[in-house]
Amino acid sequence: MATTHLAPTETELSAGRDQVVNDLSIQVATVNGSGSQSANMVLLRALFQMGIPVSGKNLFPSNIEGLPTWFTIRTSRQGWISRRKEIDFLVAVNAETAEEDVRGLEPGSACVYDEKLNLKRLRNDIVFYPVPFDQLVIPVCPEAKLRKLVRNMVYVGVVARLLEFETAEVERAVRRQFLKKAKAADLNLKAVLAGYDFAAKNLEKKDRFRVERMNANQGKILIDGNSAAALGCMMAGVTVVTWYPITPSSSLCETLIGYMKKYRMDPETGKATFAIVQAEDELAAIGMVMGAGWAGARAMTSTSGPGISLMAEFTGLGYYAEVPGVIFDIQRVGPSTGLPTRTAQGDVLSTALLSHGDTKHPLLFPSSVEECYAMAIDAFDLAEELQTPVFVMSDLDLGMNYWTAEPFSYPDRPLRRGKVLAASDLERLGGFERYRDVDGDGVTYRTLPGNPHPASGYFTRGSGHNEKAIYTERSDTYVNNMDRLARKFETARRMVPGPVIEDSGHEIGLLAYGTTHWAVGESRDQLAREYGVKTDYCRIRAFPFADEVAVFVRRHRRVYIVEQNRDAQLAGLLRLSLDGDEISRLRSVLHYDGLPVDARSVTDSIMTQEVGN
Amino acid sequence: MATTTTLPPKKVNRIGLEPAAYKGNRSTLCAGCGHNAISERIIEAFYEMGVEPHQVAKLSGIGCSSKSPAYFLRSSHGFNAVHGRMPSVATGTLLANRTLIAIGVSGDGDSASIGIGQFVHLMRRNLPLIYIIEDNGCYGLTKGQFSATADRGSILKNGVVNDLPPIDTCALAVQLGATYVARSFSGDKKQLLALLQGAIGHRGTAMLDVISPCVTFNDHEGSTKSYSYVKDHDEPLGDISLVPFFEDISVEYDPGTTTEVTLHDGSRLILKKLDHNYNPASKIDALRVLTEAQERGEVVTGLFYVNTEQPNFLDLLNVVDEPLATLPESRVRPPKGALDEVMESLR
Repeated sequence: MATTHLAPTETELSAGRDQVVNDLSIQVATVNGSGSQSANMVLLRALFQMGIPVSGKNLFPSNIEGLPTWFTIRTSRQGWISRRKEIDFLVAVNAETAEEDVRGLEPGSACVYDEKLNLKRLRNDIVFYPVPFDQLVIPVCPEAKLRKLVRNMVYVGVVARLLEFETAEVERAVRRQFLKKAKAADLNLKAVLAGYDFAAKNLEKKDRFRVERMNANQGKILIDGNSAAALGCMMAGVTVVTWYPITPSSSLCETLIGYMKKYRMDPETGKATFAIVQAEDELAAIGMVMGAGWAGARAMTSTSGPGISLMAEFTGLGYYAEVPGVIFDIQRVGPSTGLPTRTAQGDVLSTALLSHGDTKHPLLFPSSVEECYAMAIDAFDLAEELQTPVFVMSDLDLGMNYWTAEPFSYPDRPLRRGKVLAASDLERLGGFERYRDVDGDGVTYRTLPGNPHPASGYFTRGSGHNEKAIYTERSDTYVNNMDRLARKFETARRMVPGPVIEDSGHEIGLLAYGTTHWAVGESRDQLAREYGVKTDYCRIRAFPFADEVAVFVRRHRRVYIVEQNRDAQLAGLLRLSLDGDEISRLRSVLHYDGLPVDARSVTDSIMTQEVGN
Repeated sequence: MATTTTLPPKKVNRIGLEPAAYKGNRSTLCAGCGHNAISERIIEAFYEMGVEPHQVAKLSGIGCSSKSPAYFLRSSHGFNAVHGRMPSVATGTLLANRTLIAIGVSGDGDSASIGIGQFVHLMRRNLPLIYIIEDNGCYGLTKGQFSATADRGSILKNGVVNDLPPIDTCALAVQLGATYVARSFSGDKKQLLALLQGAIGHRGTAMLDVISPCVTFNDHEGSTKSYSYVKDHDEPLGDISLVPFFEDISVEYDPGTTTEVTLHDGSRLILKKLDHNYNPASKIDALRVLTEAQERGEVVTGLFYVNTEQPNFLDLLNVVDEPLATLPESRVRPPKGALDEVMESLR
């Protein structure tokens, strides 16, 4: 049997170094479709249950089976949960990428690998742990068909042993992963145990990494952003959901279907208090949202960049005809034949101004799973209060990866359904004019189809209408309407979630939004600790930007806007509302390789630019 | 004058409304446009059936046809949407409020070209919608280009000949799952009125392709969608009449020559057939008749197919009877216990 193959240099290298406890990145390199997601979730859950701050990121190909996939788990005593570039502990079971993965490791890291890949020959400055996966899995799983799926559980056992996981938590995580399948749980546990026992008997611990129990996750939940958003939609009282499958957005509506079937069936009739329709394409999905929003339902769809493009025409009509609707954009890289399973913040500019003519739309930028939940509720309220399409700009990293969070709070305010006139209101008022700005906030009153008052009906069309919704092509009427819509956008500016600002009077400000937040928080710590550069921070949570954002820019000599796209899209949008002096203070830190941005890249970019100042 | 004149009693319908209550704004379409005649029949049909105008939602896409909902049922809500996408807007509207009677007006360009994707998916869902194609074989608003329902060999005013086969929207609708499929002619008042009344009583997709000549761009010699061509080539399947659900009239007929269909609202369609073998419950008969007529260059009109058994989309979705749009918060926001339960499962 193999024992550890440690060259003398390795022993020297690892000896005398300090132990690293709870600060490490584990990367598992497997093949797509091999069931590794279950094994990786067991590792993630076990660490979560041990109270250690942890995050898991899945880097997967646009493929059903056969292409390489990587899962990275980061633990951090300080609670940093953004991606870390450096890998400390590699599990290499994919022959196709193993050599490149090993070459990319930092000296002093460790590698568990499939013995037959013979990786040890590649490096002498890392610790290798060969494991005969094939031999170990045969006695555990006599059924050859299942072996491919169970095989991955062997590395769970090996890693658990080498990094000193609590075995009870590993077992609990396995049971949890196969909650309703006791037989599968037993089989997988056997495989974990086989790996654990093998490591205990045959692998001598030589690396410096281990984990131990903390108390950081008391009462917390583990959830992906799409599920969090789905919960928010349900609690927001959504009634019409239309969608077309697209990665990374599909799981939002799929999870929502599950929740709604459980919690939104009418107890008396057994009928649904909602309608969910898989549309024929995104054109139809948004069309159904517009029809439903017009008729008074809380309606939504969820998509990603290519779907947003297809929704452009209807979004413009929604803006002009003033129809509420909520659109989730789970952003991903570029076109469908780009890197559709990688993350980006690449739709910001195009979505803010989506469609033709003068159009602009409120965007909400959730940074966390808590905000996916809360902003879903905000979005429905805003859409109905403002009578316009509202976009929630999540991304693949937030939507599809698992994050720890405090349990979500029950909504503390009733649904805000906006300015809708019932028949009794019309009776009292003697009628209404659909597009007349009665309150001076640019938001007009509407009625819903089915309202029995004879003055209720009106004909909805694009921009060619007067205040009474009567068709006209008069220039002055058109201009009045356009100016009112601009006024309505100013109302939106006061209503959307404001920025979160930490200003301690430093010279440098950082500005970010969405998932970039996590790397920026850690980067600020790095800048302060390593370079003595103290910074202030403005996290933008919505477009149109609140007035405080311009104040923050004016208050700082240099403002670094960190975002995950090539063309500094949010910076571009921000420039539209700043003066020349303010614009001259803006700098950009851009990350656009398809992977979630990491703190080190942000720190390096800022320090490189600071040298020039 | 000493004599007093008594005014004749005002004409009202079942629910006490005058015909004027069903009228719309003045049409801005060309004088003589077939679409105006269709709007007249729509007004008549809703009046005759005694439908409350506020219970009706009017939907349309883009084009001459899609302007016409402004010209009937003034007090109903209407939505003139996006080119080719009326089906999705209608779907959303009915999802939000299933108690509405929805009528969608489209054109041949709107339905058979830019909107064909939404058209076919609407048909297969059997959404309870009255779907009217005002079919003139050309794009009027952009000055008369051919549409996809133009017949092979049809000639434009400027001499351009169409050499592609037409899309038969009725055949598509029958094949895909619409449950009330008819073709008519804007000039056939009686047939069109009966078909529209039947469509109002039907709770499934009622697809009516109505040949509606474009007097400006497609009413000349060489067009197969002109008044004179359709009049000369119209082959009605038979005589059609409707007995509304609120009228207790028994009709005497020879069972061999006549089929009676009871619609969802209780109204009865009386179909007196010319072809004794024709069965309006048979998709095969419908497709045969449509194909044969096309081969002969004839325009067969009438109700090709009706099926009152097929569940509609809203029934399949099992949504509550009340409009989803106005359900109170207590019915759409689960209680705190539900959220707590989900949170507990995520720990």
